[in-house]
Amino acid sequence: MSAHTDTYDPKVNYLNTDWSIKSWLLTLDHKRIAWLYLVSISGFFVLGGIFALLIRLELLTPQGDLLSPDGYNRVFTQHGVLMIFLFLIPSIPAVLGNFLVPLMCGAIDVAFPRLNLASWYIYTIGGILIVIALITGGVDTGWTFYTPLSSTYANSQVMFVALGVFIAGFSSILTGLNFLVTIHTMRAPGLTWGRLPLFLWGTYATSLINVLGTPVVAITIGLVGAERTLGLGIFDPALGGDPVLFQHLFWFYSHPAVYIMILPAFGVISELISAFSRKRVFGYSFIAASSVGIAVLGFIVWAHHLFTTGMSVYAATVFSALTMLIAVPTAVKMINWTTTMYQGAVKWDTPMLYAVGFLGLFLIGGLTGVMLATLGIDIHVHDTYFVVAHFHYVMVGGAIMGFLGGLHFWWPKMTGRLYPESFSKVSAVLIFVGFNATFFPQFILGYMGMPRRYHAYPEEFQVLNIFSTAGASILGVGYLLPLVYFTWSIVAGKKAPENPWGAMGLEWRIPSPPPTENFVKEPVITDAYDYEHEILKEQIEEIARDEAAAVPSTA
Amino acid sequence: MSTHADSALAHHFESFEQQRTAASLGMWLFLAQELMFFGGLFTCYLIYRSLNSLDFAIASSELDITLGGINTAVLITSSLTMALGVKAAQLAKKNQLIGYLLATILLACCFLVIKYFEYAAKFEHHTVPGQHFEFHVPPDLIEKFELGPERLVQMEKRAEIFFSVYFAMTGLHGLHVLIGIGIAIWLLFPASRGKFNMDYHAPVENFGLYWHFVDLVWIFLFPLLYLLGRNIHA
Ligand SMILES: [Cu+2]
Repeated sequence: MSAHTDTYDPKVNYLNTDWSIKSWLLTLDHKRIAWLYLVSISGFFVLGGIFALLIRLELLTPQGDLLSPDGYNRVFTQHGVLMIFLFLIPSIPAVLGNFLVPLMCGAIDVAFPRLNLASWYIYTIGGILIVIALITGGVDTGWTFYTPLSSTYANSQVMFVALGVFIAGFSSILTGLNFLVTIHTMRAPGLTWGRLPLFLWGTYATSLINVLGTPVVAITIGLVGAERTLGLGIFDPALGGDPVLFQHLFWFYSHPAVYIMILPAFGVISELISAFSRKRVFGYSFIAASSVGIAVLGFIVWAHHLFTTGMSVYAATVFSALTMLIAVPTAVKMINWTTTMYQGAVKWDTPMLYAVGFLGLFLIGGLTGVMLATLGIDIHVHDTYFVVAHFHYVMVGGAIMGFLGGLHFWWPKMTGRLYPESFSKVSAVLIFVGFNATFFPQFILGYMGMPRRYHAYPEEFQVLNIFSTAGASILGVGYLLPLVYFTWSIVAGKKAPENPWGAMGLEWRIPSPPPTENFVKEPVITDAYDYEHEILKEQIEEIARDEAAAVPSTA
Repeated sequence: MSTHADSALAHHFESFEQQRTAASLGMWLFLAQELMFFGGLFTCYLIYRSLNSLDFAIASSELDITLGGINTAVLITSSLTMALGVKAAQLAKKNQLIGYLLATILLACCFLVIKYFEYAAKFEHHTVPGQHFEFHVPPDLIEKFELGPERLVQMEKRAEIFFSVYFAMTGLHGLHVLIGIGIAIWLLFPASRGKFNMDYHAPVENFGLYWHFVDLVWIFLFPLLYLLGRNIHA
């Protein structure tokens, strides 16, 4: 690393080295690219949140009084498309991953910095196309673009959205490729696979899915596009094409896509729980292996989305069993996390609140997933609010809690500033309470038979819907707070020390914020979870201090 | 540690060795991605083929096997010239590399020109999917398989699926050939400046991998689309 010069100036870091717009838009620094993503995904999150708000407002009353039926279809489609493709999928990998992968590897940058910047531009172009569709009239196919609705009957804006998703997909393929190569080839000497921080294992598993799954949905959406524009008829039932084939191909990616959202969150949670329990993460190799296991298993369960579509009973049974199998590596993780906390010196800082909230919410999300994998129950609650509640528990309760927890954890490193701990604790609690109030009633509603994707509903469902909407407003406030205090902290927050949490990872042994070259000295790899040792050292020092203090009094 | 101000080693790599491994792993992952991309299409093909094997065989016998065969030979030859080009880049033989790249470009263009004539014939015979699609089962086959009028109508629709798959697969493949030509032309510039040598030849090597992949896809496409069920007239 030739760049480690003796002329290191501690006042210059990757943020203040150059503030010009050009230096940001043409940056090749992975840490700055993380910021580009953070700003863009936050924008899309707010936009998607506004659509969520419209949905909840419409459902406050049984009659469809706020939106027309068509308008409602558009609103929930936009909510889904924005949140899934433009927020959840890039959230942890593109923001925290970009910032942390090289730092945790002890590298100067990712393997392909130019490709990394290109990925952000590709993502942005995809996002712009989707927003153009939204402004010019919106799309009503749902985020799943089922044929023949999308290929034959939908308005032509669906082409913009499909193209946007197609293009944004390549951004995640290229980011995944970049991370895989970085983790394989750029690790500092001594960082063996068995010492890799669990966040990197999560990112690794995610990147595998990105590279191998995303192209399938890309070609599928491409074929829908070819059907609309060129008149090819691969999914057209009029020619003997099979719309159900579209569903198979779509879910071949889109089920693993759930793991693209949740595996990085698993990685974050592993880091948080170990750091705030001041204890070595329990069952390191099991957590690492289960990430890769989930990624692999995730590719052979897709047809559980089609139990009611028409499938042989044998196929359905196999897919049901395989889906339940996913619960095994997931439970391995849950058990290892709780065991890590057991007898640990748990500190309740904000990131830990998110981590513990994650455990509770993801437990519910995961267990209802097993329920839905059961054929009988799935057919009963298919396309009801039960499913909606389930996947929000996994994606919002799981992925977003992980994202926010990670953002709070690494924020001091990213910005060199501390956020106000009291506000952040309030918002963590608000989000947890608001989330449960929003989505738990939806389990009950779904079980009672309220179908999803309708703008009106029978009156007996109203009480629970009011609960849900009230919860959503708490949740909304909970999400707005971090937006405010994070922004505030950049300007006026207290300066953050190098290692505000006493965490052991490599990234905590460099200045906050890091210099452009990341490591001032050649990084020395040590155990990222060696808390016992650290605590022992502290205790010995304390005893020595006490003894030293005790000496004069006896004399 | 030296500074690599104007060397081909990027600043974030420790050594040429690391840079080469990264580039090569990146390329293989990209090809894995490509494999899944084409894989979706091959899945469509396999499913429809197994559901409508007679219909596909009859529609497939309309394809021009001579042009397809020539194109196969052209593409395989271009793979050879490309492989020789990679070797030349490693040995820093500038003029050889330029020659082989030009030969590859020429053969690739040749492939596309032949493909153009194939496509043009399909437009003429109305076997392009869409409003003007028309397909007539040859009379000898109607007799041979005792096809009733209803089955005939169905078969003509299934033929449209076959040609949809045909155009999707060969079109996507053709697009890859076109992109390949672009990259090869772009490689000519550093090649003519003698940039490539034993230490630094990843761009040529990776393009070679890409080009072999494009060739390999065709090696699968040709029998699947042109040859399977050819014996139907016999
Ligand atoms: Cu699924």
